[in-house]
Amino acid sequence: MKPASFRYVAPPTLEDALIAKAEYGDDAMFLAGGQSLVPAMNFRLSEPAVLIDINTITDLPPIHTDATTGELRLGARTRHRDLQYMPDIGAACPLLREAIVHVAHPQIRNRGTLCGNLSHADPASEMPAVMLALDARMRLASISGERWVAARDFFEGIYTTACREDEMLVEVAIPAAAPRSATCFLEVARRPGDFAMMGVAVAITLDTAGRCEDARLAYCGAGDTPVLATGAADILTGSVLTEDAIAAAAAQASREIAPLGSIHAGADYQRHLAGVLTRRAVPIAFRRVAGEIE
Amino acid sequence: MSAGTVKVVTRVNGIEYEREVEPRLLLSDFLRGHLDLTGTRVGCEHGVCGACTVQVDGLPVRSCLMFAVQVNARDVSTVESLAAPDGTLHPLQQAFRDRHALQCGYCTAGILMTMSAFLADNPTPDEAAVREALSGNLCRCTGYQHIVDAVLDVAGSPQRERPE
Repeated sequence: MKPASFRYVAPPTLEDALIAKAEYGDDAMFLAGGQSLVPAMNFRLSEPAVLIDINTITDLPPIHTDATTGELRLGARTRHRDLQYMPDIGAACPLLREAIVHVAHPQIRNRGTLCGNLSHADPASEMPAVMLALDARMRLASISGERWVAARDFFEGIYTTACREDEMLVEVAIPAAAPRSATCFLEVARRPGDFAMMGVAVAITLDTAGRCEDARLAYCGAGDTPVLATGAADILTGSVLTEDAIAAAAAQASREIAPLGSIHAGADYQRHLAGVLTRRAVPIAFRRVAGEIE
Repeated sequence: MSAGTVKVVTRVNGIEYEREVEPRLLLSDFLRGHLDLTGTRVGCEHGVCGACTVQVDGLPVRSCLMFAVQVNARDVSTVESLAAPDGTLHPLQQAFRDRHALQCGYCTAGILMTMSAFLADNPTPDEAAVREALSGNLCRCTGYQHIVDAVLDVAGSPQRERPE
């Protein structure tokens, strides 16, 4: 099928784009990478009357590190490819680097954008779970102003975010890594590039005594939204990361997620995978803090 | 809502074109229907099969997931750009012939545009890297073995070990 007709708007500035969005409201959608939107339009699952192309905007912020906060700032033009090939991404955000190669395929990553992917909020997508694990925050802008929303408040439901009708997700801010912290991303998919049957993004911080000071375990393919398993994290926090503690956290995480099941994996199998991936990912992150592995 | 048409000025395979198109016209349909460049195939129209892959500003992308209006002021390369004007095949195309890397040929254009860009960035890949790069293109005929062989041939990389 071919997409339905629409009016095409090519704004030169962010302000022009936001004015257009305010004018057209829900009749308009932003076109960023188009790697989720255009398939929906080709199926006519989505028929926006207006497309506002953000690729013509010249004043979106480039990727940069905030000098004051140390946050890694990723603007709405940031494509997945840009993250994958950023020269210092391994140092700046190893979790992003580890997860990005699982996002779809190279051709999709060449166009798809991080902010577009987050705005689309597919529960199987890797990046929303990564943002939860990183405790990122999202900058939403409209002609009335802008506001920040924490990642944990951004994903409200299936394909639904906190973004209001007149807002655009213009930037994501990822906090600088704490000392004695490390991350790990693992997923299981039938073939490279497929949506994950289950994926986990882990971030742990140890105190000076080597006990877990903070843990964030975020799952994709785990329900209507990415799931931050706070109960599992509580089991790890304050503990030495023994095999038993990790196994208990993994079991708890399996109970906290609400996987939907699909033709590729039943919900029970997805819960099983969550446990397996947790038991693998946490030790990897722990050994990375210890400097034992990369 | 009536769309009207939008002017697009784009360079495709080195030639500049100026056309008036509906915004909803997909790049794949623009190339095939408006420019008569039918080498690019259309398969799934939702980005998973790879048959429609072309290069925009040198990067392999799904032409079924872009609108023609989006290549305004951009450079597009399709499979027609690979062979020389005198008909001499691109080394990758020649390797595909030599290694029987196509049968029906439907996936071939998309794979050539993916792998020619891949080899430009990765001149000496191993088999694992080739298979990873190929993972965004589906082939129903060949089982991928000979495609991998052809790419490794062009790279001058060692072939995989297999019984004769």
